[in-house]
Amino acid sequence: MPLTFTIIAIVTIACAVAALSLRNLVHCALALSGTFVGLAGVYLQLGAQFVGLAQVLVYVGAVSILVVFAILLTRNDQSTDALFSKATFASIGVTVAVLGVLIWAIVKSPAVKKTLPPAPAPSVKSIGDSLMTNCVLPLEVMALLLTAALIGAVIIAMQNQSKTKMEDGESKMDKPSEPSSILHPPSSQGGSK
Amino acid sequence: MTEALDQIFVTLKHWLVSLCPAEFQVLASIVLSVAPILMVFPGLFALVTVIERKGLGRIQNRYGPNRVGPFGFLQFVADGIKALIKEDVVPRRADKVIHFLAPLALVLPCVVVYAVLPFGRNMTLTELDAGLLFFFAVGASTELAVFMAGWSSRNKYSLFGAMRAIAQMISYEIPLILSAVSVVMIAGSLSLPKIVAAQGTYGGWLPDWFVFTPWGLAGFLLFMIAASAESNRAPFDLPEGESEIIAGYYIEYSGFKFALFFLGEYLGLFAISGLAITLFLGGWNAPLESLAWIPSWAWFFTKLIALILLFIWTRGTLPRLRQDQLMNFAWKFMLPLTLINLVAAALWHYIPAGFTRWFMCGLMVVGPYCLLGRGIAGKDKTSKRVYRFAD
Amino acid sequence: MLGEGIIKGMGETARNFLGSYVSKKRLTTLQYPEERAPQFPNARQFPFLVYDGEDPEQGLRCVSCQICEKECPPKCIYIVKSKDKRVDYKGQMQFYPATFNIDISVCMSCQICVEVCPFESIKMDTEFELSSTDRFAGLLVRKPQLAKSNDHYRKIHPHDAAESDAALAAEVAKVQAKAKADAEAKAKAAAAKVAPAAPPPEATLAK
Repeated sequence: MPLTFTIIAIVTIACAVAALSLRNLVHCALALSGTFVGLAGVYLQLGAQFVGLAQVLVYVGAVSILVVFAILLTRNDQSTDALFSKATFASIGVTVAVLGVLIWAIVKSPAVKKTLPPAPAPSVKSIGDSLMTNCVLPLEVMALLLTAALIGAVIIAMQNQSKTKMEDGESKMDKPSEPSSILHPPSSQGGSK
Repeated sequence: MTEALDQIFVTLKHWLVSLCPAEFQVLASIVLSVAPILMVFPGLFALVTVIERKGLGRIQNRYGPNRVGPFGFLQFVADGIKALIKEDVVPRRADKVIHFLAPLALVLPCVVVYAVLPFGRNMTLTELDAGLLFFFAVGASTELAVFMAGWSSRNKYSLFGAMRAIAQMISYEIPLILSAVSVVMIAGSLSLPKIVAAQGTYGGWLPDWFVFTPWGLAGFLLFMIAASAESNRAPFDLPEGESEIIAGYYIEYSGFKFALFFLGEYLGLFAISGLAITLFLGGWNAPLESLAWIPSWAWFFTKLIALILLFIWTRGTLPRLRQDQLMNFAWKFMLPLTLINLVAAALWHYIPAGFTRWFMCGLMVVGPYCLLGRGIAGKDKTSKRVYRFAD
Repeated sequence: MLGEGIIKGMGETARNFLGSYVSKKRLTTLQYPEERAPQFPNARQFPFLVYDGEDPEQGLRCVSCQICEKECPPKCIYIVKSKDKRVDYKGQMQFYPATFNIDISVCMSCQICVEVCPFESIKMDTEFELSSTDRFAGLLVRKPQLAKSNDHYRKIHPHDAAESDAALAAEVAKVQAKAKADAEAKAKAAAAKVAPAAPPPEATLAK
């Protein structure tokens, strides 16, 4: 239904514009979460239940938190730059030009002219089946990648912690170190796990 | 007759929808499906606040509230009036927009999540193919609201509480989802009505609920522990920390917004109890075939009330866990157990029915529990304190 | 084993919960306005004036000696002595307080007024539900309110009341004995006067 799509699209674009132009960084992060929700709405409207819900779970539930933590740890709330600068008009011009070229290329390409096959009703079962048969290699590679990232994060955090333990006590007080010590218990108990 | 009683709400809704003119029927159907949920669960919330206070009181050798109404059961009316007429204090330096939106952002996902729970036979609001994923996805959105509440108050204690709460919720989401995944594996579907239907048979003297299998029992216990952590309920209520940081991330909220936080928390608790019932306790199925004449929605709500009483009982018993104990518990105890539970569930599926599979799966579940338990329990061995000067 | 303590704890709370419906030991709450906890024997709140008999004006023990007013540390007692005298319990003419006010918002229940009173007339009451909506006049207790019967005193502090009664009875006995001895001496003197003046005057000296 075009009405639903219009509403979702307006919400997404408005949140995206807000994420770019708001002064307060935390507001920007929250507007970004709004964009993610809008995008999930687009997926759901297209009938892709699994992808839409996974989008909410991963992006709104985890990535937004990550972004917010990153903002908190760097403590750079207020941006003092003006919203519009000298380069704004030039950049708008370049963006419009690039977008125009892309749209012209897509419209002219033969891919648009092909008639689409009727969309299959993507059930979760079929996604699961194809993940385990066709796409098992990308799945395993992604799993390895995520495991490596997890281990890397733990190692970096551990090093960071042992470094702050060795430094003077004062430097620990002006840096909000609770997030790292919450996510990773004190090394006296954890050891090298 | 029992069929009619079982489907009474469904037939009522269909009849009311048929009374509307044709072009409004879709809208009427939606409204008539949503309105009962919005009436029943906040009503249950009101009742449960009173029951919880009275129950906790009795556990603590005292009466609960017993002045307002018969035996104090109208206390929620007094609480509601108080919340509504209290002055809404917003700190001067607070981020007004986010401060205003945070309670809404908490309550909305907690209400939306009821859309996929099967309350009875044919009584699910939307039968999504990926219903369980919907539940977890929307439930994960509450963390953002917690952060918004903590951040916008411009209060260090509030931010503290919010950080702890988020860390706790993220850590316990993994055991929560993984213990549900073992159910999905066996039932073969993410759709909640199908999972309930998979537990509808009565083989032997126990119904075929997943809780009556070794991996199901372990999964149920892990799910309940993770659920109480997700709802910030004792013994995991350090972010709320009533005796330490007063109210944690909702310190600066007063009046109706505080009531909304409270509402959101309890609604989330009911929803996750409902999910536990759907996944492990057989949903709306009766425990014995002879009792199947009682309507399905009655069974669902009976089980829901039983689980809520269990939560209240646990709250009155256990002391609060410290933050690092909480985290240790999630990452070092519950996560390995849920992973082993997955393997146990798979073994259960492949070994044919009989004593062997009970023994194997039971061993797979109990063994690591004891070993890990010993590992965790032995960590904090404190030696007898030696005093230098006093003796 | 891990979890054992939790099970035991849950059992204990369940026992508490179920027991609170059946046994008094597991539910010791007193519903306050309807039930009150019994007061201890030495409970004390604010002072009151004791009177003997039925008439609070006539039987009031206080003789307006104003010792308690002078000894009171926060000076919460205000006494105005009467102009005339009246008979007290011993049969002697004494002053009485025309005005006796205690400001209980100032009184600190130190009981010094009770300790120094030579006439056993001011004692500590145990009533504590004295809230008032008027901060000043509502908390100024005057003589009609302060005067309470000896029976009330016996009820709230039986041991102290018995001691107090015994002390007063001893006083009365002393006065009576003195009066009797005086009367005897007078009779003896009269008898000696009537008889010939031979008996020596030591008899009159003998008490």
